Amino acid sequence: MTLTDRESDAPPAIAVPIVDSPPGEQPVGWPHRHLLDVDTVTWPEIELVMRTTDAMKEVLDRPIAKVPALRGVNVTILFYEASTRTRVSFEVAAKNLSADVVNIAAATSSVAKGESLVDTVRTVEALGAQILVMRHSVSGAPYLAAETFGGSVVNGGDGWHAHPTQALLDLYTMRAHLEGGSLEGRKVAILGDVLHSRVARSNIWTLTAAGADVWLCGPSTLLRGFEAWGLRGAADGRRFHVTSSVDDALRDADVVMALRIQKERMSSGLLPSLREYAARYGLTADRLAGARPGALVMHPGPMNEGVEIAPDVAAGAQSVVEEQVRNGVAVRMALLYLLAGARSS
Amino acid sequence: MSARHIMTAEEIRRATIRISHEIVEKQAGTSGLALVGIQRRGVPLARRIADAIAENEGSTVPVGALDITFYRDDLSLVAQQPVVKGTDLPFDLNGATVVLVDDVLYTGRTIRAAMDALVDFGRPQAIRLAVLVDRGHRELPIRADHVGKNVPTSREEVVRVHVAEIDGEDAVLIDRVVEAEPAAAPVG
Repeated sequence: MTLTDRESDAPPAIAVPIVDSPPGEQPVGWPHRHLLDVDTVTWPEIELVMRTTDAMKEVLDRPIAKVPALRGVNVTILFYEASTRTRVSFEVAAKNLSADVVNIAAATSSVAKGESLVDTVRTVEALGAQILVMRHSVSGAPYLAAETFGGSVVNGGDGWHAHPTQALLDLYTMRAHLEGGSLEGRKVAILGDVLHSRVARSNIWTLTAAGADVWLCGPSTLLRGFEAWGLRGAADGRRFHVTSSVDDALRDADVVMALRIQKERMSSGLLPSLREYAARYGLTADRLAGARPGALVMHPGPMNEGVEIAPDVAAGAQSVVEEQVRNGVAVRMALLYLLAGARSS
Repeated sequence: MSARHIMTAEEIRRATIRISHEIVEKQAGTSGLALVGIQRRGVPLARRIADAIAENEGSTVPVGALDITFYRDDLSLVAQQPVVKGTDLPFDLNGATVVLVDDVLYTGRTIRAAMDALVDFGRPQAIRLAVLVDRGHRELPIRADHVGKNVPTSREEVVRVHVAEIDGEDAVLIDRVVEAEPAAAPVG
Protein backbone atom coordinates (compact mmCIF):
# COMPACT_ATOMS: atom_id res chain seq x y z
CA MET A 1 0.00 0.00 0.00
CA THR A 2 1.38 3.38 -0.90
CA LEU A 3 0.33 6.43 0.97
CA THR A 4 -0.71 9.45 -0.99
CA ASP A 5 -2.24 12.53 0.48
CA ARG A 6 -5.80 13.08 -0.57
CA GLU A 7 -4.81 16.51 -1.74
CA SER A 8 -4.09 15.05 -5.16
CA ASP A 9 -6.93 12.55 -5.09
CA ALA A 10 -10.61 12.83 -5.69
CA PRO A 11 -12.63 12.27 -2.51
CA PRO A 12 -12.96 8.55 -1.74
CA ALA A 13 -15.69 6.72 -3.57
CA ILE A 14 -18.55 5.28 -1.60
CA ALA A 15 -17.38 1.77 -0.86
CA VAL A 16 -19.44 -0.28 1.55
CA PRO A 17 -22.93 1.06 2.15
CA ILE A 18 -24.24 1.32 5.66
CA VAL A 19 -27.03 -1.20 5.85
CA ASP A 20 -30.34 -0.36 7.41
CA SER A 21 -31.30 -1.85 10.73
CA PRO A 22 -33.53 -4.86 10.24
CA PRO A 23 -36.74 -4.14 12.17
CA GLY A 24 -37.13 -6.02 15.43
CA GLU A 25 -33.67 -7.58 15.28
CA GLN A 26 -31.70 -8.26 18.43
CA PRO A 27 -28.92 -5.78 19.14
CA VAL A 28 -25.77 -6.69 17.28
CA GLY A 29 -22.35 -7.16 18.76
CA TRP A 30 -19.29 -5.19 17.75
CA PRO A 31 -17.34 -7.23 15.19
CA HIS A 32 -14.61 -4.76 14.21
CA ARG A 33 -11.04 -5.07 15.43
CA HIS A 34 -10.15 -1.58 14.23
CA LEU A 35 -12.04 1.69 13.92
CA LEU A 36 -10.51 3.36 10.88
CA ASP A 37 -13.60 5.06 9.48
CA VAL A 38 -17.36 4.80 9.82
CA ASP A 39 -17.87 3.61 6.23
CA THR A 40 -17.63 -0.08 7.17
CA VAL A 41 -19.77 0.25 10.29
CA THR A 42 -23.38 -0.87 9.92
CA TRP A 43 -26.33 1.08 11.23
CA PRO A 44 -27.16 -1.49 13.96
CA GLU A 45 -23.53 -1.21 15.08
CA ILE A 46 -23.85 2.58 15.23
CA GLU A 47 -26.97 2.11 17.36
CA LEU A 48 -24.91 -0.14 19.64
CA VAL A 49 -22.28 2.60 19.98
CA MET A 50 -25.03 5.12 20.82
CA ARG A 51 -26.55 2.86 23.49
CA THR A 52 -23.16 2.08 24.98
CA THR A 53 -22.45 5.83 25.04
CA ASP A 54 -25.64 6.34 27.08
CA ALA A 55 -24.23 3.92 29.66
CA MET A 56 -20.88 5.76 29.63
CA LYS A 57 -22.66 9.09 30.21
CA GLU A 58 -24.19 7.53 33.31
CA VAL A 59 -20.70 6.48 34.44
CA LEU A 60 -19.48 10.06 33.95
CA ASP A 61 -22.28 11.29 36.25
CA ARG A 62 -21.20 9.01 39.10
CA PRO A 63 -19.45 10.31 42.20
CA ILE A 64 -16.45 8.22 41.11
CA ALA A 65 -16.47 8.43 37.32
CA LYS A 66 -14.35 5.36 36.85
CA VAL A 67 -15.09 1.71 36.13
CA PRO A 68 -12.62 -1.19 35.89
CA ALA A 69 -13.76 -2.46 32.47
CA LEU A 70 -10.37 -1.99 30.72
CA ARG A 71 -8.13 -2.75 33.68
CA GLY A 72 -4.77 -4.01 32.43
CA VAL A 73 -5.38 -2.86 28.84
CA ASN A 74 -2.65 -0.66 27.38
CA VAL A 75 -4.03 2.21 25.32
CA THR A 76 -1.23 4.01 23.47
CA ILE A 77 -2.01 7.41 22.00
CA LEU A 78 0.28 8.27 19.09
CA PHE A 79 -0.36 11.68 17.60
CA TYR A 80 1.65 12.98 14.64
CA GLU A 81 -0.44 16.14 14.48
CA ALA A 82 -1.33 18.85 16.94
CA SER A 83 -4.44 18.24 19.02
CA THR A 84 -5.88 19.20 22.36
CA ARG A 85 -9.43 17.97 22.59
CA THR A 86 -9.15 14.69 20.71
CA ARG A 87 -5.95 13.56 22.41
CA VAL A 88 -7.07 14.57 25.90
CA SER A 89 -10.55 13.15 25.23
CA PHE A 90 -9.10 9.73 24.38
CA GLU A 91 -6.80 9.90 27.38
CA VAL A 92 -9.63 10.78 29.79
CA ALA A 93 -11.86 8.13 28.21
CA ALA A 94 -9.22 5.42 28.59
CA LYS A 95 -8.46 6.44 32.17
CA ASN A 96 -12.16 6.43 33.09
CA LEU A 97 -12.17 2.77 32.02
CA SER A 98 -9.05 2.08 34.14
CA ALA A 99 -6.82 1.41 31.12
CA ASP A 100 -3.09 2.13 31.25
CA VAL A 101 -2.46 5.12 29.02
CA VAL A 102 0.79 5.83 27.18
CA ASN A 103 1.03 9.15 25.37
CA ILE A 104 3.45 9.67 22.49
CA ALA A 105 3.81 13.01 20.76
CA ALA A 106 5.59 12.46 17.47
CA ALA A 107 7.50 15.72 17.75
CA THR A 108 9.37 14.51 20.87
CA SER A 109 9.68 10.83 19.87
CA SER A 110 12.09 8.95 17.63
CA VAL A 111 9.88 9.99 14.72
CA ALA A 112 11.85 13.22 14.85
CA LYS A 113 14.97 11.09 14.19
CA GLY A 114 13.41 9.65 11.08
CA GLU A 115 11.80 6.44 12.36
CA SER A 116 9.18 5.19 9.91
CA LEU A 117 5.53 4.80 10.84
CA VAL A 118 5.73 1.02 10.56
CA ASP A 119 8.80 0.85 12.80
CA THR A 120 7.16 3.13 15.36
CA VAL A 121 4.05 0.93 15.38
CA ARG A 122 6.19 -2.20 15.87
CA THR A 123 8.03 -0.46 18.70
CA VAL A 124 4.91 0.62 20.59
CA GLU A 125 3.49 -2.87 20.17
CA ALA A 126 6.68 -4.36 21.61
CA LEU A 127 6.25 -1.92 24.50
CA GLY A 128 2.84 -3.39 25.24
CA ALA A 129 0.34 -1.32 23.26
CA GLN A 130 -2.95 -3.18 22.79
CA ILE A 131 -5.14 -0.37 21.50
CA LEU A 132 -3.38 2.23 19.38
CA VAL A 133 -5.12 5.57 18.98
CA MET A 134 -3.48 7.38 16.14
CA ARG A 135 -3.60 10.74 14.40
CA HIS A 136 -1.62 11.43 11.26
CA SER A 137 -1.52 14.21 8.68
CA VAL A 138 -1.41 11.67 5.84
CA SER A 139 -4.73 10.20 4.76
CA GLY A 140 -4.68 6.42 5.10
CA ALA A 141 -1.81 6.25 7.61
CA PRO A 142 -3.92 4.36 10.24
CA TYR A 143 -4.73 1.74 7.58
CA LEU A 144 -1.01 1.13 7.12
CA ALA A 145 -0.58 0.94 10.90
CA ALA A 146 -3.46 -1.55 11.13
CA GLU A 147 -1.66 -3.87 8.68
CA THR A 148 1.30 -4.09 11.05
CA PHE A 149 -0.24 -3.71 14.49
CA GLY A 150 -1.39 -6.83 16.33
CA GLY A 151 -4.01 -5.05 18.42
CA SER A 152 -6.72 -2.53 17.58
CA VAL A 153 -6.09 0.72 15.75
CA VAL A 154 -8.41 3.67 16.34
CA ASN A 155 -8.24 6.49 13.84
CA GLY A 156 -8.09 9.79 15.72
CA GLY A 157 -8.04 11.68 12.42
CA ASP A 158 -6.02 11.04 9.25
CA GLY A 159 -5.29 13.84 6.80
CA TRP A 160 -8.41 14.89 4.95
CA HIS A 161 -9.85 11.43 5.07
CA ALA A 162 -11.65 10.40 8.22
CA HIS A 163 -12.36 11.23 11.85
CA PRO A 164 -14.76 8.47 12.90
CA THR A 165 -14.99 9.25 16.62
CA GLN A 166 -15.88 12.87 15.83
CA ALA A 167 -18.67 11.76 13.49
CA LEU A 168 -20.06 9.44 16.17
CA LEU A 169 -19.96 12.09 18.89
CA ASP A 170 -21.62 14.58 16.52
CA LEU A 171 -24.36 12.05 15.78
CA TYR A 172 -24.80 11.38 19.50
CA THR A 173 -25.04 15.10 20.28
CA MET A 174 -27.61 15.71 17.53
CA ARG A 175 -29.76 12.77 18.61
CA ALA A 176 -29.71 14.02 22.19
CA HIS A 177 -31.24 17.33 21.10
CA LEU A 178 -33.55 16.45 18.22
CA GLU A 179 -37.08 15.52 19.11
CA GLY A 180 -37.58 11.78 19.02
CA GLY A 181 -33.81 11.24 18.97
CA SER A 182 -33.87 10.69 15.22
CA LEU A 183 -32.24 12.45 12.28
CA GLU A 184 -34.68 11.01 9.76
CA GLY A 185 -35.62 13.85 7.42
CA ARG A 186 -33.69 16.45 9.43
CA LYS A 187 -31.69 19.02 7.53
CA VAL A 188 -28.03 19.25 8.53
CA ALA A 189 -25.95 22.04 6.98
CA ILE A 190 -22.17 21.60 7.05
CA LEU A 191 -20.64 24.97 6.36
CA GLY A 192 -17.07 25.90 5.56
CA ASP A 193 -13.85 24.19 4.54
CA VAL A 194 -15.35 20.90 3.42
CA LEU A 195 -12.42 20.14 1.10
CA HIS A 196 -9.84 19.66 3.86
CA SER A 197 -12.29 18.28 6.40
CA ARG A 198 -12.01 14.69 7.61
CA VAL A 199 -14.81 15.63 10.03
CA ALA A 200 -17.15 16.37 7.12
CA ARG A 201 -16.16 13.21 5.22
CA SER A 202 -16.89 10.94 8.19
CA ASN A 203 -20.03 12.86 9.13
CA ILE A 204 -21.46 12.40 5.64
CA TRP A 205 -21.46 8.62 6.17
CA THR A 206 -23.19 8.62 9.53
CA LEU A 207 -25.63 11.46 8.87
CA THR A 208 -26.86 10.16 5.52
CA ALA A 209 -27.13 6.67 7.02
CA ALA A 210 -29.25 8.19 9.81
CA GLY A 211 -31.60 9.53 7.14
CA ALA A 212 -30.60 13.19 7.45
CA ASP A 213 -30.73 15.60 4.53
CA VAL A 214 -27.09 16.73 4.37
CA TRP A 215 -26.16 20.06 2.79
CA LEU A 216 -22.51 20.85 2.19
CA CYS A 217 -21.83 24.54 1.75
CA GLY A 218 -18.75 26.62 1.05
CA PRO A 219 -16.89 28.41 -1.71
CA SER A 220 -16.72 26.19 -4.79
CA THR A 221 -12.94 25.89 -4.38
CA LEU A 222 -13.56 24.18 -1.02
CA LEU A 223 -16.24 21.80 -2.36
CA ARG A 224 -14.14 20.37 -5.19
CA GLY A 225 -15.06 16.76 -5.93
CA PHE A 226 -18.07 16.59 -3.66
CA GLU A 227 -20.66 16.97 -6.43
CA ALA A 228 -19.55 13.62 -7.81
CA TRP A 229 -19.68 12.09 -4.35
CA GLY A 230 -23.14 13.57 -3.90
CA LEU A 231 -24.36 11.91 -7.09
CA ARG A 232 -23.01 8.54 -5.98
CA GLY A 233 -24.68 9.01 -2.61
CA ALA A 234 -28.00 9.95 -4.21
CA ALA A 235 -27.84 6.72 -6.21
CA ASP A 236 -27.62 4.88 -2.85
CA GLY A 237 -30.73 6.68 -1.62
CA ARG A 238 -28.80 9.13 0.54
CA ARG A 239 -29.98 12.72 0.80
CA PHE A 240 -27.01 14.88 -0.02
CA HIS A 241 -26.73 18.38 -1.50
CA VAL A 242 -23.79 20.56 -2.45
CA THR A 243 -24.18 24.32 -2.74
CA SER A 244 -22.26 27.56 -2.52
CA SER A 245 -25.34 29.45 -1.35
CA VAL A 246 -25.31 29.90 2.43
CA ASP A 247 -28.96 30.95 2.38
CA ASP A 248 -30.02 27.73 0.59
CA ALA A 249 -27.94 25.57 2.91
CA LEU A 250 -29.19 27.17 6.12
CA ARG A 251 -32.84 27.59 5.17
CA ASP A 252 -34.92 25.67 7.76
CA ALA A 253 -31.87 23.66 8.82
CA ASP A 254 -32.19 21.71 12.08
CA VAL A 255 -28.43 21.59 12.61
CA VAL A 256 -25.72 23.96 11.40
CA MET A 257 -22.17 22.68 11.68
CA ALA A 258 -19.41 25.17 10.98
CA LEU A 259 -16.02 23.78 9.96
CA ARG A 260 -12.66 25.30 10.72
CA ILE A 261 -10.79 27.04 7.92
CA GLN A 262 -7.68 24.86 7.89
CA LYS A 263 -5.05 27.45 7.21
CA GLU A 264 -2.28 24.89 7.68
CA ARG A 265 -3.65 22.79 4.81
CA MET A 266 -4.56 25.70 2.55
CA SER A 267 -2.58 26.03 -0.65
CA SER A 268 -2.70 29.41 -2.31
CA GLY A 269 -5.59 30.35 -4.54
CA LEU A 270 -8.36 28.52 -2.69
CA LEU A 271 -9.52 31.62 -0.81
CA PRO A 272 -9.04 35.29 -1.69
CA SER A 273 -8.70 36.20 1.99
CA LEU A 274 -9.96 35.15 5.39
CA ARG A 275 -11.76 38.46 5.67
CA GLU A 276 -13.70 37.84 2.48
CA TYR A 277 -14.44 34.29 3.58
CA ALA A 278 -15.80 35.53 6.91
CA ALA A 279 -17.97 38.10 5.16
CA ARG A 280 -19.44 35.65 2.65
CA TYR A 281 -19.51 32.32 4.52
CA GLY A 282 -19.05 33.02 8.22
CA LEU A 283 -21.82 31.73 10.48
CA THR A 284 -23.32 34.92 11.90
CA ALA A 285 -26.47 35.49 13.94
CA ASP A 286 -28.14 37.01 10.85
CA ARG A 287 -27.45 33.95 8.74
CA LEU A 288 -28.42 31.60 11.56
CA ALA A 289 -31.81 33.33 11.69
CA GLY A 290 -32.57 31.62 8.35
CA ALA A 291 -32.35 28.21 10.00
CA ARG A 292 -35.16 26.60 12.01
CA PRO A 293 -35.70 28.45 15.33
CA GLY A 294 -33.54 26.79 17.97
CA ALA A 295 -31.38 25.00 15.38
CA LEU A 296 -28.29 23.42 16.88
CA VAL A 297 -24.98 25.16 16.26
CA MET A 298 -22.03 22.80 16.19
CA HIS A 299 -18.30 23.04 15.53
CA PRO A 300 -15.71 20.26 15.80
CA GLY A 301 -13.15 22.72 17.14
CA PRO A 302 -10.78 24.36 17.42
CA MET A 303 -12.71 27.45 16.34
CA ASN A 304 -11.40 30.47 14.47
CA GLU A 305 -13.90 32.85 16.00
CA GLY A 306 -14.66 35.72 13.66
CA VAL A 307 -13.74 33.62 10.61
CA GLU A 308 -16.01 30.61 10.12
CA ILE A 309 -18.16 31.39 13.15
CA ALA A 310 -19.02 34.66 14.88
CA PRO A 311 -18.10 34.77 18.58
CA ASP A 312 -21.70 35.53 19.65
CA VAL A 313 -22.95 32.46 17.74
CA ALA A 314 -20.17 30.23 19.07
CA ALA A 315 -21.08 31.15 22.65
CA GLY A 316 -24.80 31.61 21.99
CA ALA A 317 -27.78 29.74 23.39
CA GLN A 318 -28.02 27.46 20.35
CA SER A 319 -24.40 26.38 20.53
CA VAL A 320 -23.66 22.83 21.72
CA VAL A 321 -19.92 23.07 21.10
CA GLU A 322 -18.95 22.34 24.70
CA GLU A 323 -21.44 19.51 24.88
CA GLN A 324 -19.78 17.99 21.82
CA VAL A 325 -16.53 17.94 23.80
CA ARG A 326 -18.21 16.31 26.83
CA ASN A 327 -19.99 13.73 24.69
CA GLY A 328 -16.68 13.01 22.99
CA VAL A 329 -15.35 11.44 26.18
CA ALA A 330 -18.41 9.18 26.53
CA VAL A 331 -18.37 8.12 22.86
CA ARG A 332 -14.66 7.29 23.03
CA MET A 333 -15.21 5.30 26.24
CA ALA A 334 -17.90 3.33 24.41
CA LEU A 335 -15.64 2.66 21.43
CA LEU A 336 -12.63 1.66 23.52
CA TYR A 337 -14.87 -0.68 25.50
CA LEU A 338 -16.34 -2.28 22.37
CA LEU A 339 -12.94 -2.57 20.66
CA ALA A 340 -11.40 -4.19 23.74
CA GLY A 341 -13.92 -7.01 23.33
CA ALA A 342 -13.24 -7.44 19.63
CA ARG A 343 -9.49 -7.37 20.34
CA SER A 344 -9.65 -10.31 22.71
CA SER A 345 -11.62 -12.53 20.36
CA MET B 1 -33.09 -30.28 24.36
CA SER B 2 -35.95 -30.56 26.82
CA ALA B 3 -36.38 -27.92 29.49
CA ARG B 4 -37.79 -29.00 32.85
CA HIS B 5 -39.82 -26.67 35.07
CA ILE B 6 -38.39 -26.31 38.55
CA MET B 7 -40.59 -23.41 39.67
CA THR B 8 -44.02 -22.41 38.45
CA ALA B 9 -45.41 -18.87 38.34
CA GLU B 10 -47.28 -19.52 41.58
CA GLU B 11 -44.14 -20.81 43.32
CA ILE B 12 -42.22 -17.75 42.17
CA ARG B 13 -44.98 -15.51 43.55
CA ARG B 14 -44.92 -17.22 46.95
CA ALA B 15 -41.11 -17.21 47.10
CA THR B 16 -41.05 -13.50 46.31
CA ILE B 17 -43.54 -12.75 49.10
CA ARG B 18 -41.63 -14.92 51.58
CA ILE B 19 -38.36 -13.16 50.70
CA SER B 20 -40.04 -9.78 51.21
CA HIS B 21 -41.11 -10.86 54.72
CA GLU B 22 -37.63 -12.17 55.51
CA ILE B 23 -35.99 -8.92 54.40
CA VAL B 24 -38.27 -6.83 56.63
CA GLU B 25 -37.84 -9.23 59.55
CA LYS B 26 -34.04 -9.16 59.31
CA GLN B 27 -34.03 -5.35 59.11
CA ALA B 28 -36.69 -5.08 61.86
CA GLY B 29 -38.70 -2.75 59.66
CA THR B 30 -38.13 -0.94 56.41
CA SER B 31 -36.15 2.04 57.65
CA GLY B 32 -32.89 2.52 55.75
CA LEU B 33 -33.75 -0.32 53.40
CA ALA B 34 -33.09 -0.16 49.64
CA LEU B 35 -33.43 -2.83 46.96
CA VAL B 36 -31.04 -3.02 44.03
CA GLY B 37 -31.82 -5.39 41.18
CA ILE B 38 -28.97 -6.69 39.07
CA GLN B 39 -29.58 -6.28 35.33
CA ARG B 40 -31.42 -7.81 33.77
CA ARG B 41 -33.87 -10.12 35.56
CA GLY B 42 -32.92 -9.02 39.05
CA VAL B 43 -34.56 -5.65 38.34
CA PRO B 44 -38.18 -6.83 37.91
CA LEU B 45 -37.69 -9.24 40.84
CA ALA B 46 -36.52 -6.33 43.04
CA ARG B 47 -39.62 -4.34 42.01
CA ARG B 48 -41.88 -7.25 42.93
CA ILE B 49 -40.24 -7.60 46.34
CA ALA B 50 -40.68 -3.84 46.88
CA ASP B 51 -44.36 -4.14 45.86
CA ALA B 52 -44.85 -7.00 48.33
CA ILE B 53 -43.19 -4.96 51.10
CA ALA B 54 -45.42 -2.00 50.27
CA GLU B 55 -48.49 -4.23 50.48
CA ASN B 56 -47.51 -5.87 53.78
CA GLU B 57 -45.86 -2.97 55.58
CA GLY B 58 -47.46 0.03 53.92
CA SER B 59 -44.11 1.69 53.32
CA THR B 60 -42.23 2.30 50.11
CA VAL B 61 -38.71 0.95 49.71
CA PRO B 62 -36.57 2.57 46.99
CA VAL B 63 -35.58 0.30 44.09
CA GLY B 64 -32.54 0.72 41.87
CA ALA B 65 -31.01 -1.09 38.90
CA LEU B 66 -27.36 -2.08 38.71
CA ASP B 67 -25.48 -3.04 35.56
CA ILE B 68 -22.33 -4.95 36.50
CA THR B 69 -20.92 -5.28 32.99
CA PHE B 70 -17.99 -2.91 33.54
CA TYR B 71 -17.01 -4.80 36.70
CA ARG B 72 -16.96 -8.32 35.28
CA ASP B 73 -13.73 -10.26 35.71
CA ASP B 74 -14.16 -12.14 32.44
CA LEU B 75 -14.31 -9.22 29.98
CA SER B 76 -11.07 -10.40 28.41
CA LEU B 77 -12.46 -13.95 28.04
CA VAL B 78 -15.67 -13.23 26.16
CA ALA B 79 -15.64 -12.94 22.40
CA GLN B 80 -17.70 -9.76 22.26
CA GLN B 81 -18.47 -7.17 24.83
CA PRO B 82 -21.79 -7.68 26.59
CA VAL B 83 -24.41 -5.07 25.83
CA VAL B 84 -24.62 -2.57 28.68
CA LYS B 85 -28.12 -2.12 30.06
CA GLY B 86 -27.61 0.78 32.40
CA THR B 87 -27.40 1.63 36.06
CA ASP B 88 -29.95 3.74 37.91
CA LEU B 89 -29.58 4.21 41.67
CA PRO B 90 -31.95 7.07 42.51
CA PHE B 91 -31.15 7.21 46.23
CA ASP B 92 -28.23 7.77 48.58
CA LEU B 93 -26.42 4.54 49.35
CA ASN B 94 -24.47 5.97 52.27
CA GLY B 95 -25.68 4.32 55.46
CA ALA B 96 -28.42 2.34 53.70
CA THR B 97 -28.98 -1.40 54.00
CA VAL B 98 -28.85 -2.50 50.40
CA VAL B 99 -30.42 -5.79 49.39
CA LEU B 100 -28.99 -6.97 46.07
CA VAL B 101 -31.55 -8.96 44.10
CA ASP B 102 -30.66 -11.39 41.32
CA ASP B 103 -32.38 -14.28 39.60
CA VAL B 104 -29.77 -17.05 39.89
CA LEU B 105 -26.81 -17.42 42.25
CA TYR B 106 -24.16 -19.65 40.66
CA THR B 107 -20.41 -18.95 40.78
CA GLY B 108 -20.83 -15.76 42.83
CA ARG B 109 -18.82 -13.71 40.34
CA THR B 110 -21.76 -11.51 39.40
CA ILE B 111 -22.31 -10.70 43.08
CA ARG B 112 -18.61 -9.94 43.56
CA ALA B 113 -18.85 -7.54 40.61
CA ALA B 114 -22.09 -6.05 41.95
CA MET B 115 -20.51 -5.31 45.34
CA ASP B 116 -17.54 -3.65 43.65
CA ALA B 117 -19.92 -1.53 41.58
CA LEU B 118 -22.09 -0.65 44.56
CA VAL B 119 -19.27 0.65 46.75
CA ASP B 120 -18.27 3.06 43.95
CA PHE B 121 -21.58 4.83 44.61
CA GLY B 122 -21.25 5.14 48.36
CA ARG B 123 -20.75 3.26 51.61
CA PRO B 124 -23.80 1.20 52.52
CA GLN B 125 -24.28 0.22 56.16
CA ALA B 126 -24.76 -3.37 54.99
CA ILE B 127 -25.15 -5.30 51.75
CA ARG B 128 -27.39 -8.36 51.71
CA LEU B 129 -28.26 -10.75 48.93
CA ALA B 130 -31.61 -12.14 47.82
CA VAL B 131 -31.87 -14.61 44.92
CA LEU B 132 -34.73 -16.53 43.41
CA VAL B 133 -32.64 -19.64 42.76
CA ASP B 134 -29.39 -20.83 44.33
CA ARG B 135 -27.94 -23.51 42.10
CA GLY B 136 -24.64 -24.03 43.94
CA HIS B 137 -21.11 -24.33 42.45
CA ARG B 138 -19.72 -21.21 44.11
CA GLU B 139 -16.25 -20.09 43.04
CA LEU B 140 -16.06 -17.27 45.59
CA PRO B 141 -16.85 -17.09 49.32
CA ILE B 142 -20.33 -15.62 48.82
CA ARG B 143 -23.70 -16.80 50.15
CA ALA B 144 -27.25 -15.51 49.83
CA ASP B 145 -29.22 -14.19 52.83
CA HIS B 146 -32.58 -14.90 51.21
CA VAL B 147 -33.18 -17.74 48.75
CA GLY B 148 -36.37 -18.54 46.86
CA LYS B 149 -35.34 -22.12 46.12
CA ASN B 150 -32.19 -24.17 46.45
CA VAL B 151 -31.72 -26.28 43.34
CA PRO B 152 -28.92 -28.86 43.22
CA THR B 153 -27.54 -28.78 39.69
CA SER B 154 -24.60 -30.08 37.72
CA ARG B 155 -22.33 -27.68 35.86
CA GLU B 156 -23.57 -29.15 32.59
CA GLU B 157 -27.02 -27.75 33.28
CA VAL B 158 -28.39 -24.28 32.61
CA VAL B 159 -30.93 -22.63 34.88
CA ARG B 160 -33.12 -20.08 33.16
CA VAL B 161 -35.41 -17.71 35.02
CA HIS B 162 -38.24 -16.25 32.98
CA VAL B 163 -40.06 -13.20 34.29
CA ALA B 164 -43.24 -11.84 32.79
CA GLU B 165 -41.81 -8.30 32.46
CA ILE B 166 -39.08 -9.51 30.06
CA ASP B 167 -40.02 -13.01 28.86
CA GLY B 168 -43.82 -12.84 28.91
CA GLU B 169 -44.16 -15.58 31.55
CA ASP B 170 -42.97 -16.51 35.03
CA ALA B 171 -41.04 -19.77 35.23
CA VAL B 172 -37.76 -21.30 36.27
CA LEU B 173 -36.45 -23.89 33.83
CA ILE B 174 -33.52 -26.24 33.88
CA ASP B 175 -31.84 -27.46 30.70
CA ARG B 176 -29.05 -29.81 29.94
CA VAL B 177 -26.47 -27.94 27.92
CA VAL B 178 -26.13 -28.93 24.32
CA GLU B 179 -24.63 -25.77 22.92
CA ALA B 180 -22.43 -23.15 24.53
CA GLU B 181 -24.16 -20.36 26.35
CA PRO B 182 -24.29 -17.07 24.48
CA ALA B 183 -21.37 -14.77 25.19
CA ALA B 184 -23.56 -12.15 26.80
CA ALA B 185 -25.12 -14.55 29.30
CA PRO B 186 -24.69 -13.49 32.92
CA VAL B 187 -21.78 -15.13 34.68
CA GLY B 188 -23.42 -15.58 38.05
